[in-house]
Amino acid sequence: MKIGVVTFPGSLDDRDAQRAVRLAGGEPVALWHGDEDLRGVEAVILPGGFSYGDYLRCGAIARFAPVMQSIIDRAGQGLPVLGICNGFQILCESHLLPGALTRNAHLHFRNRDQLLRVENASTEWTGAFEPDAEIVVPVKNGEGCFVAAPGELDRLEGEGRVVVRYAGGNPNGSVRDIAGICNERGNVVGLMPHPEHAVETLTGPSTDGLGFFTSVLTAAVS
Amino acid sequence: MPRVLVDVMLKPEILDPQGSAILGALSRLGFTGVHSIRQGKHFELEVSDPVDEARLRELADTLLANSVIEEFTLRVLPR
Repeated sequence: MKIGVVTFPGSLDDRDAQRAVRLAGGEPVALWHGDEDLRGVEAVILPGGFSYGDYLRCGAIARFAPVMQSIIDRAGQGLPVLGICNGFQILCESHLLPGALTRNAHLHFRNRDQLLRVENASTEWTGAFEPDAEIVVPVKNGEGCFVAAPGELDRLEGEGRVVVRYAGGNPNGSVRDIAGICNERGNVVGLMPHPEHAVETLTGPSTDGLGFFTSVLTAAVS
Repeated sequence: MPRVLVDVMLKPEILDPQGSAILGALSRLGFTGVHSIRQGKHFELEVSDPVDEARLRELADTLLANSVIEEFTLRVLPR
């Protein structure tokens, strides 16, 4: 299965995301921000980093890149899309996901291994996890504080669309400890923590992150 | 060339930790009597004549401000 990983100017974690796809058994395909062609991929990852230098707002300029117009169209037809960190910010700016990511409440950049609870294990990207599984993956962000209108938050909770929640301490002040959410269909998932950095014991705190990448492969087969 | 000023502010209900940090610094510096600070963004545009204000508002709403968390005001400067 071909999984596209987009590189924007300022992306940092595109190589790690490609590596995670490979370790999970998929075939990573590099996608370029300036190219509308999705090169026949069956899923897309928007990686972490600082696209366009985080100018204006994180993800605000990347959202209008030519590749994003194709991704937004295809996401509406069910293409699995995973946004990690800056990728999550881009998905919110694109209105593929509700809410926004703002400056961490304590103003500090946070970089640590983070305990998370997988609350929705039926999305395209989390099917490999047991419901309420607790996993450890790195978190590293300065603008990861998730906010949304109270009505929107109640809707997310009511529809089971809080995919992962911070456990063992909230690293950035995100409302209701929300670390990641999905769209109504469950094909678009965004989260601030970095599962692609937890796919090998040599370089990560665990291999828990691998589940995100194996999930989409399994979803494609079934 | 006409000039347009756009100010973007976080909505009142959105926490502004940068404003809070500035407020804290002011009180440490001995500037008293300031009760609240909100930090925003200021844009200055030079645009073609005649000014199409509806189109400018669309521009601000599309890119300069994120309506989920921000609101903007727009002024066309008299020449």
